[in-house]
Amino acid sequence: MLNVAAVQRRGIRLTLWFSILIIGICALVAIFGPWIVPHDPTEFVTDEPFGRPQVGIWLGSDYLGRDLLSRLIDGTRTTLVMALVATVLAHLLGDCLGLLAALRGGWVDAVISRIADLILSLPKIIVGLVIVAALGSSVLVIVMLAAVVYAAGVFRIARALGSDLVGMDFIKVAKSRGEGPGWILFSEIFPHVAQPLAADFAIRMSFAILFMSSLSFLGLGVQPPLADWGGLVRENLGGLAGGSLAPIFPAMAIAVTSIALNLLVDNIGEQQLQKKGA
Amino acid sequence: MTSSVLNIQDLVVEPMAGGRPVVDGISISVERGEVLALIGASGSGKTTLALAALGHLRPGLRVQNGSVTLDGTEMLRAAPRMLRSLRGRAIAYIAQSAAAAFNPRMRLDAQITEVSRVHRSRSHKEAIQTAHRLYGRLDLPNPDLVGSRFPHQVSGGQLQRFMIAMGLQESPLLLVCDEPTSALDVTTQVEVLRALKQGIADNNTAALFVSHDLAVVSQIATKIAVLRSGRMIEFGTARDILESPKDAYTKELVAASKHMTISPTSRGGSVAPAPGPEKAPLLAVQKVVAGFGKVTDGSPSVTTLNDISLNLRKGEIVAVIGESGSGKSTLARVIAGLHPAARGEIYMDGKRLAGSVENRTVSERRRIQLVFQSADTALNQKHSVGRILGRVLKFFHGTSGSARETRVAELLKMVQLPPEYANRLPSQLSGGEKQRVNLARALAAEPEVLICDEITSALDTIVAESIIRLVESLSKELGLGIIFISHDLATVSALAQEVTVLRHGRIVESGSTQAVLSAPQNPYTQLLVSSVPQARPGWLEEAVATRNRLRHALEADRSSQALASDGVGNALAITTGP
Amino acid sequence: MLSFILKRVLQTIVLLLAVSILVFIGCEILPGDVAQVALGQFATEDNVRALRLELGLDRPAYERYLSWLVGILQGDWGQSITTKTPVATMLSERLWNTGLLALVTTVVAVPLALVLGLLMAVGAGRTWDRSASIVVLGLSATPEFLIGSLAVLLFAVQLRWLPAVAYLSPGSGFSQTARALFLPVLTLVIVVTAQIARMTRAIIANLLTQPFVEMAVLKGVPSRRIVGVHALINAVGPLANIVALNIAYLVSGVVVVETIFAYPGLAGLMINAVQARDLPVVQACALIFCATYVIMILVADILAHLYDPRSNAQAAMEKL
Repeated sequence: MLNVAAVQRRGIRLTLWFSILIIGICALVAIFGPWIVPHDPTEFVTDEPFGRPQVGIWLGSDYLGRDLLSRLIDGTRTTLVMALVATVLAHLLGDCLGLLAALRGGWVDAVISRIADLILSLPKIIVGLVIVAALGSSVLVIVMLAAVVYAAGVFRIARALGSDLVGMDFIKVAKSRGEGPGWILFSEIFPHVAQPLAADFAIRMSFAILFMSSLSFLGLGVQPPLADWGGLVRENLGGLAGGSLAPIFPAMAIAVTSIALNLLVDNIGEQQLQKKGA
Repeated sequence: MTSSVLNIQDLVVEPMAGGRPVVDGISISVERGEVLALIGASGSGKTTLALAALGHLRPGLRVQNGSVTLDGTEMLRAAPRMLRSLRGRAIAYIAQSAAAAFNPRMRLDAQITEVSRVHRSRSHKEAIQTAHRLYGRLDLPNPDLVGSRFPHQVSGGQLQRFMIAMGLQESPLLLVCDEPTSALDVTTQVEVLRALKQGIADNNTAALFVSHDLAVVSQIATKIAVLRSGRMIEFGTARDILESPKDAYTKELVAASKHMTISPTSRGGSVAPAPGPEKAPLLAVQKVVAGFGKVTDGSPSVTTLNDISLNLRKGEIVAVIGESGSGKSTLARVIAGLHPAARGEIYMDGKRLAGSVENRTVSERRRIQLVFQSADTALNQKHSVGRILGRVLKFFHGTSGSARETRVAELLKMVQLPPEYANRLPSQLSGGEKQRVNLARALAAEPEVLICDEITSALDTIVAESIIRLVESLSKELGLGIIFISHDLATVSALAQEVTVLRHGRIVESGSTQAVLSAPQNPYTQLLVSSVPQARPGWLEEAVATRNRLRHALEADRSSQALASDGVGNALAITTGP
Repeated sequence: MLSFILKRVLQTIVLLLAVSILVFIGCEILPGDVAQVALGQFATEDNVRALRLELGLDRPAYERYLSWLVGILQGDWGQSITTKTPVATMLSERLWNTGLLALVTTVVAVPLALVLGLLMAVGAGRTWDRSASIVVLGLSATPEFLIGSLAVLLFAVQLRWLPAVAYLSPGSGFSQTARALFLPVLTLVIVVTAQIARMTRAIIANLLTQPFVEMAVLKGVPSRRIVGVHALINAVGPLANIVALNIAYLVSGVVVVETIFAYPGLAGLMINAVQARDLPVVQACALIFCATYVIMILVADILAHLYDPRSNAQAAMEKL
């Protein structure tokens, strides 16, 4: 029995460090991208497309003969900044409305809940396709689209967390004292929901990365010359038949980042469970 | 030794994460036909010990030393197959919460006969017959049909009896009962206790009976082991422990259990201030109707309180008694303004209070304070004690800075806690300490009316006793008017001057505590009084007899209430006070 | 019971109407209008006006919406702007292909995922569960296009067993269909299995910590029966829900997978239409995808409800 627990703990620590490492690297690359690219992302470094990896061109070249590593580094910033902004907006919108709905109840809750239900009952990628068909694809449209679509999910979680608490006696105590909704929200409720909402933020960001990458992969996301990871996969998909790994690297980048975010949340949740159990 | 059904030797169980052992070197044995009670407060290790008898440890625990022998088999080292064949057949378990221990998606018959099924002891038909015979003996209605229900379709008391049936299905050598009645109302507890006692007697089964309630245990146990912090501090026959306890802790337990039984010369009446009729009540509740759902013509679609009136004077403690579903907590919330009444008024000092807390003035809100049942949910776990109390001081009195710190220390002293507790979080306090903080928060507002909603029901006997003493002294020192809501007549008899008994949202009887408790008029009150556990031989049989005698009157009473709730007989209201 | 189903079906119909309005509006807020877009920047005023009349764009929006909706109910999905063929004809074959892809994926993935999740839950906390959990978490967070690309690289490029592109024509025989389906189905099965297995594990593992499971252990019930009977009968409702949600999720997965393998399905049609701004086709495809999704969620709800004895009691109470 003891061994199982030890193995488990070691396993947890390993995946936790892995996820922190990946997220750290992503952040650094996004910040310092322009200074660490080995080549200009628009410069042609090989004569033929899909050049093999070689010294100086570590990941080979893309479908036009540009340095793939440089393009990947360049795309990191676009991918992560867009996902981050969309997630922040989704959380600002979802958390405020969710806690408000939980606290106020009544028609406010009913109206916002119905709208959220409507958004959640539609497949996101199809909504994305229709919106892009209507408004065209620009960074603004895509970020706002992701923000609204994910705000509905955040709303649900914030509302559920909030309503669990609103029924608690300590909130009734505050209400019976005559505390205003602002104080109840920030002083009584917020400390309880901050951690689960932070966890949701990480998961939600991984969703946003996958969603935006999928749109780009379909050719409906950010448009050239701007390129995010999903766009890089699409551009280079043609090389696959010739055995080129060019589309695999950006796809790997998306997968690894998304997995790291998920593992991070998984580990934090598990550690909290263990703390509670002790 | 050979005749022992169960023999536990030097058992030490400790948390895997390290720390103090949960069970620390206990040795006990149970002979055939004997009922051994394990008595102790929460955290005494009594449940861990009981489960060890089945060779079972909860996750996170491990055996460090010792042996557990059941009918010659070493349970701690037995192979899983061996354990399986003994569990349910030779040794059966009865859990505290039947509601959680039954599979919600399986019919009761299937769950009770599953024991026979997995042990292949008899045919399905025979198993069903055995089960139905047991239902009959345990006084379950329609024994041949009731088993086809799902667990949520029977009452809590019935479900607990089904669990007893499940335990007895294979006529085990040993029945392990873990607080089998403590989640029940007192009147239901009598039924279940009787059923259990009979079940054990019928089969000459040995039993290990875990409880925190000495009075309950005294009705059923032949021997008692008193546990504290994982150690057995006293062991003896039930009579010896009850009549001549030796250890100081046991003495305290016995004293608390005596205090918690109704004595005919209850102190309440004698200390009651003789209030002159000229003195207006501090708080008056008049003909309040409340419930849930849409209100039409002053009556909500589901009525939980009907025509409730009661008066409270300064320095007086009025008790409101009722079992679950009686509407007593709704009453607390109506007075506090958290649940507006559909009809009726509440007056404070002759001035009418608004129904909802938002429409009351700051001073009105300050003067009435509600203390909730569970300190775990009533205190914000993320705030320190100092912050919890400080906020109330700031909100009502504008106290800040060092004045606030001084006042927080004063409040903590008032509830007998050291001043350094101001820096602690609720999770760092024990159950009783949390309840004291909960009280201190109400006191911080400097109220005139304190509503205590079941504030002792989640606490161990000795801790509950000390909280009651505290409430009593606060009422005297501060001249508070206190509405003390409880399901427990015994608690109230020691404390309140006036008592009001609620049943199904109506007042069935009210008056001075002494009068109501020593000579109850209403059959329901009589039932309640007779159901309060007493640590004297023969109480259980008397309570069952009283129950059978009153059964008819209670049913008649219930149907007349049903008539009255149609809106015909509202004149039946009984008013309190002289 | 029946009233619940009726209520949910009515809600779903209202929801579908709302969806159809949203889809319609979504395509209406296009800057410029359909006629302008269809004819391109260099069209003359007259040409645009003529096409507007032809398409009925001079009528008010609600009239056009109603005639569009009535048309759909009668099986008339309008006409494609780019190909000038009826949308219904374009849909029929593609719809079958996409349906086949989703069906085969479901039939393979659901049993696989349930067994996997169950095995993980039984061994909860052990090394096997820990490693399987990490793999499953990783796969469920991996984009379909990575799995799809790797599958192509392995099976089509390295091993040369299968075509990288899914050729599927109306007359294809069984073996050609199977070859065309293999890689798309494999990709979807991996993603869907990972997701369902993960949630199954969570549900069952949670049930196994319930007091009634401890009670069953103490009754001497063997662990096979505890997992297979006690836990499973409580999990059926939530599991049905999860399975239905994941089939609904296939709607999104299909879009990406059809693109990777150039699979001739509905999603491919829709993406081409979006790029060409062929709005009648976009509207039709969006409506079909959304309706499938909404109906799967309805089925999930009803299944979960049917299976809950407590809800039966509740329904009986409501009748009183």
